[in-house]
Amino acid sequence: MKIVVCIKQVPDTTEVRINPETNTLIREGVESIINPFDLYALEEGIRIKEKTNGEVIALTMGPPQAENALRDAIALGCDSGILLTDRSFAGADTWATSYTLSRGIRRIGEVDLIICGKQAIDGDTAQVGPGIAEMLDIPCITYVKKIDEIDGEHIRARRMMEGGHHLIEGSLPALITVVKEINEPRMPSLRGKMRAKKEEIIRYSAADIACEVDRIGQMGSPTVVEKIFAPPARDKGMMIKGEPPAAAAKLVSELKAKGVLL
Amino acid sequence: MIDYGFTEEQLMIQELARQIAEEKVRPLRAKLDEEGTHSPELMKILAESDLFAIFIPEEYGGLGGGALELCIVTEELSKVCGGVAVSYAATALGAYPIIIGGSEEQKKKYLPAIASGETLAAFGITEPNAGSDAGGTETTAVKDGDSYILNGSKIFITNGGVADTYTVIAMTNRSKGARGASAFILEKGMEGFEFGKEEDKMGIRASATRELVFTDCRVPAENLISREGMGFVLAMKTFDHSRPGIGAQAVGIAQGALNEAVEYASGRIQFGQPISSFQAIRHLIADMATKIEAARNLVYRAAAVVDSGAKNMSKISAMSKLFASEVAMEVTTNAVQIFGGYGYMREYPAEKFMRDAKITQIYEETSQIQREVIGLETIKEAKSRAKK
Repeated sequence: MKIVVCIKQVPDTTEVRINPETNTLIREGVESIINPFDLYALEEGIRIKEKTNGEVIALTMGPPQAENALRDAIALGCDSGILLTDRSFAGADTWATSYTLSRGIRRIGEVDLIICGKQAIDGDTAQVGPGIAEMLDIPCITYVKKIDEIDGEHIRARRMMEGGHHLIEGSLPALITVVKEINEPRMPSLRGKMRAKKEEIIRYSAADIACEVDRIGQMGSPTVVEKIFAPPARDKGMMIKGEPPAAAAKLVSELKAKGVLL
Repeated sequence: MIDYGFTEEQLMIQELARQIAEEKVRPLRAKLDEEGTHSPELMKILAESDLFAIFIPEEYGGLGGGALELCIVTEELSKVCGGVAVSYAATALGAYPIIIGGSEEQKKKYLPAIASGETLAAFGITEPNAGSDAGGTETTAVKDGDSYILNGSKIFITNGGVADTYTVIAMTNRSKGARGASAFILEKGMEGFEFGKEEDKMGIRASATRELVFTDCRVPAENLISREGMGFVLAMKTFDHSRPGIGAQAVGIAQGALNEAVEYASGRIQFGQPISSFQAIRHLIADMATKIEAARNLVYRAAAVVDSGAKNMSKISAMSKLFASEVAMEVTTNAVQIFGGYGYMREYPAEKFMRDAKITQIYEETSQIQREVIGLETIKEAKSRAKK
């Protein structure tokens, strides 16, 4: 089986701070990591590759430093990494990103399965996975928490829902996005890290992936991010304690005072 | 960040060990300590990351690293849990007699499985009446045809019961005293080889410590390492190789304790300020940090000497273990002090480091024996200088 796992290099947002003056993210000195959900995607891809004696390719669109994320993916067990990098890819929203990645996948050739993490922790849109599937016109199963069956032709997977799951069947090639419940990602191995250090990362520019210039980057983005900011800090609020009848009376009078109740 | 002159590969090893310690060991350490249980799951993770391969030569499935690489991993694991770290390091200890003195057949048979982490290893020398005094060894190995019959017991063996491969020292000729001991490779499951008491320890509780019992245990003659009479020589050489590893464990435990103490001191407010702003605390931290740094450098140097194949490494090897373990005890005690009342409570991580540190002054030869080794070597060196 030939599997492509789409990954994204993101800032380690557990460490991120908000600039109190501009209310935007302070990106300087913040480490870049593989988007955590993509680690689950990589793990699933590597497991399927091990079971089917297949091949796993890690794919990413990003600046040159995104190569490190691909090397980390190889250290985990991917066979190779491909970086889509070009000045003209910059400023892409999820629509343009989905298009670009889909062109990269077309360039790779016959692929059986594409796996994406549920969403990226910086954008949090969860749109790119389904976007790629649309661009490639292939079935898409999102929020997969378990693959029940997969062979060269079909996939049968469980889409996680609140309080249960949907059992969905589709034909291959297909794209799935995965949730954390699907597996426990492995640690890299030393041999993997050593191989990753030496491995040549293939780079594709816009010219290499036969894309239309007005569908990539800022030009291909119907949406624009004007500003990212933290909402104003919420104050602690009021605690109303005491016996229920008295507390209820107090609550009602407070809500009336605030004009919430008339 | 101090540059220790590590190669790219050593830095890679350090980074990986650190990641595993933080992401996989840390969430489990309190429970393992509380229950006093060894974790096969964590050993599996170490194995799958190729960490056991580090100290095995390449020809036998390993990565051909040396004592320094072993120290790097042991230190990183010890920063989080000394018990998990020693389960790892004790496998190296159990493998060393085979690596140092084993035949080609023995190496081919036993080392690959240790490299892949498929089996853990253990080293059995300590007995009820033979601790510092290895000459008091009572376990016997009597030649009988093409095997040896072992009778006796070993106590306090790390990885006892969970390892598959054991290197054991037994007397083949008691009349020869120190030259009458031999080293054997035993496998879990051999008839007459059983496990006795599991110890309930003060610290390093995430490691298995158990009695080995030999009752007419028949060991094939091809499992004798090197020749009869080489037992204590192999044991001493084994300890020369492994001592820096215990030094590294001590350094890691001390560093882990200091890290937690500094974080605590930076957040704990008394008299309107963090306690780290008080000189008493700050100077304590400074002394702890300095001693750890000195210990670390001595350990790395000792490991480098071992790896260089130097003929005489006993003194520096002993110094590294002695100094690092004393530092670990002092630093962890002071870490509890910095935590104050909270340091005494098991809910907080400080006291575990102190309990874990103590054993580093005792096992793989006590601090008192290390001082004997260092003292004797130093005097011998002076004498040979005087002769010139």
